[in-house]
Amino acid sequence: MMTPQDIPLYEEVVNGFNRLSAADALGRESSDLRRTRQSAFERFRESGFPTIKNEDWKYTNIARWLKDEYALGGIPGGSGGAAAYGAVAENVRAAVERARVAELDAYIVLLVNGVWQKEDAGGLPKGVELLTVAEARQDPALSGYFERPADGRERYFAALNTALFSDGLFIRVDAGALPAKPLHIIHVFTADHNLLVQPRHVWVVNRQAELKVIESVVTAGVGTGAEAADDKGQATAKIWVNSLTEIIVHSDAKVDHTVVQTPGERTRLVQHTTVRQKRQSLYNNYNFTFPGADLVRNDLQIRLEEDHTETHLYGLYLAAGQQLVDNHTLVDHQKPACFSNELYKGVLLEQSTGVFNGKVYVHRDAQKTNAFQQNNNLVISKKATIDSKPELEIFADDVKCSHGSTVGQFSEEALFYLRARGISEDTAKGLLINAFAFDVTEKIKTAAVEAHVNQLISQHIPLTHA
Amino acid sequence: MLIIKNLHAEVEGKQILKGINLTVGAGEVHAIMGPNGSGKSSLASVLAGKENYEVTEGEVIFQGKNLLEMSPEVRAREGVFLAFQYPIEIPGVSNINFLKTALAEIRTHKGLPPLDAKEFLRLSKEKQKLVEFDAKLVNRSLNEGFSGGEKKRNEIFQLAMLEPALSILDETDSGLDIDALRIVSKGVNKLRSANNAFIIITHYQRLLEYIVPDFVHVLYNGRIVKSGTKELALELEEKGYDWLKEEAHENAPTI
Repeated sequence: MMTPQDIPLYEEVVNGFNRLSAADALGRESSDLRRTRQSAFERFRESGFPTIKNEDWKYTNIARWLKDEYALGGIPGGSGGAAAYGAVAENVRAAVERARVAELDAYIVLLVNGVWQKEDAGGLPKGVELLTVAEARQDPALSGYFERPADGRERYFAALNTALFSDGLFIRVDAGALPAKPLHIIHVFTADHNLLVQPRHVWVVNRQAELKVIESVVTAGVGTGAEAADDKGQATAKIWVNSLTEIIVHSDAKVDHTVVQTPGERTRLVQHTTVRQKRQSLYNNYNFTFPGADLVRNDLQIRLEEDHTETHLYGLYLAAGQQLVDNHTLVDHQKPACFSNELYKGVLLEQSTGVFNGKVYVHRDAQKTNAFQQNNNLVISKKATIDSKPELEIFADDVKCSHGSTVGQFSEEALFYLRARGISEDTAKGLLINAFAFDVTEKIKTAAVEAHVNQLISQHIPLTHA
Repeated sequence: MLIIKNLHAEVEGKQILKGINLTVGAGEVHAIMGPNGSGKSSLASVLAGKENYEVTEGEVIFQGKNLLEMSPEVRAREGVFLAFQYPIEIPGVSNINFLKTALAEIRTHKGLPPLDAKEFLRLSKEKQKLVEFDAKLVNRSLNEGFSGGEKKRNEIFQLAMLEPALSILDETDSGLDIDALRIVSKGVNKLRSANNAFIIITHYQRLLEYIVPDFVHVLYNGRIVKSGTKELALELEEKGYDWLKEEAHENAPTI
């Protein structure tokens, strides 16, 4: 087992935190925020990076990616961040084009390594305000969102983000605002040397407001810069993204949130999202992960802090190569009469590994809870694996809860039926994978986004399956 | 068109076909009848290339080529079509996309360009009408939630779209009410031509009142024990299979 001292990144973040504390930057931050950072950093120092001995990381061994050195991006004395944008502008533009959703009428918001590129922003809908996190922090009315730790207990990557975050996007939707078009947030990550980027985003959707967001996560030529090439001209630079988003959905508000993750090789993506739902609010999340990144770890935590909320979580992960895709979800039923429904489906190709851990926690006070969860997996190759773990903890007695998990292969009958009509085995498998994914993609309410996701599925299927 | 010689096949080590001989010419309709478990559906599966059947002896020549060497998809592209006894439901695969994909692969195999969207639509409309297939079903997921009759009609619709040289109808009449039976038969009769052939596998004579065969064969215990014309089907309807079973046992080679 690696001790913290063996991990180059551990030393880098300790030094980075010391630099941050010493730098002027902190002088401009409130003492509350400084305390929050300090305590988060202490927690990180205690926990270190997670290993397979930690229950939440049991099936996700990240040791192989922690052997690489990374520079800490976005803090004083560090590197990366906005400055890197100019040098690779062309790659970034190409990445943005890849992320674009055809025929989607949306407000495009571009972030490069977590830094909002304001100059690229068009008009914004009425009632929607966007700020950089740096700006929001200066505003006494908003700084509270950053001064409080997300939950005060987080460890590992979430604590590290809290201690060292620098950039990100703050979104506020006014009470009662009904924007005509969705926001399409395109996150481009790029590096010409090994880099750790830690964006932090806060969305506040006020009472009776509605917000539709599509987030695309892409990389632009990670490791394709001249400096990043080895002596054979092969790209080598790696990027670790440790992102944290907090979403507050106030009473009677509705949020429709789609995430499309298509970062490329040599990307390690750890994405933590905490959603706090208030009375009678609705939150829908659609999460799509495609082949590319070495590691994708999504932590999606839904805190139902008030009664009569509704939550739908839909996920589809398509993993290939040596990829590891891990989805950890938590639906925390704290109050009565909340409804949650979750459907995650996985397709594991080649030598990929999938992890699904879906926890539903029903507190003693949360009577009349309806909580449903389903995880289905299609394991295509003999060398692919899936670890699926549903977890239900129920402390109330008047609830309806169910969960289920399946792991299967192609139906031989269905394959033969398709082949008996002249369809090649590969195409037949592609059709069946698309059919398997259909249960999830059909849930997307925006036709253009659904078409975009279906197109991404066809792009990766069929592959050489074994 | 099709020559089957001394075909032996087994599934999971159990011998099912024990020396089938059958020749089907272009323009002909052959009915294969027989009691349950005689090997009728197995013969259909072996011809279509189902992988859990192992051919242990004999050969099958289709239009001058060795059929048994071909994968199921190549057989289909060469012109063999199996109308399934139990069509599979595949939620999420649209009926029409499935057919478009199948037709494109068959046309590519024949060196023909794919149909454009307009031509495909026209063809689909024409064939729907021909086999009286409900347009609403065309755009639904493949067989999902279809009634038994709708599934069988979908098989005939696919047959009409793909225009195979040899169609094998595996108990297409089972589970059909009399109206559905009439519609399915009418469709098949319209599709009959001097260039194609049909093998109709059925348990009952009923279907053969609508699709009149040129030849009738009785399969029993993995062999064709009697062949004749359509009158044989009537005789079977009247007398059942028992007299043939007895005959077959008398004629069986003794060791």
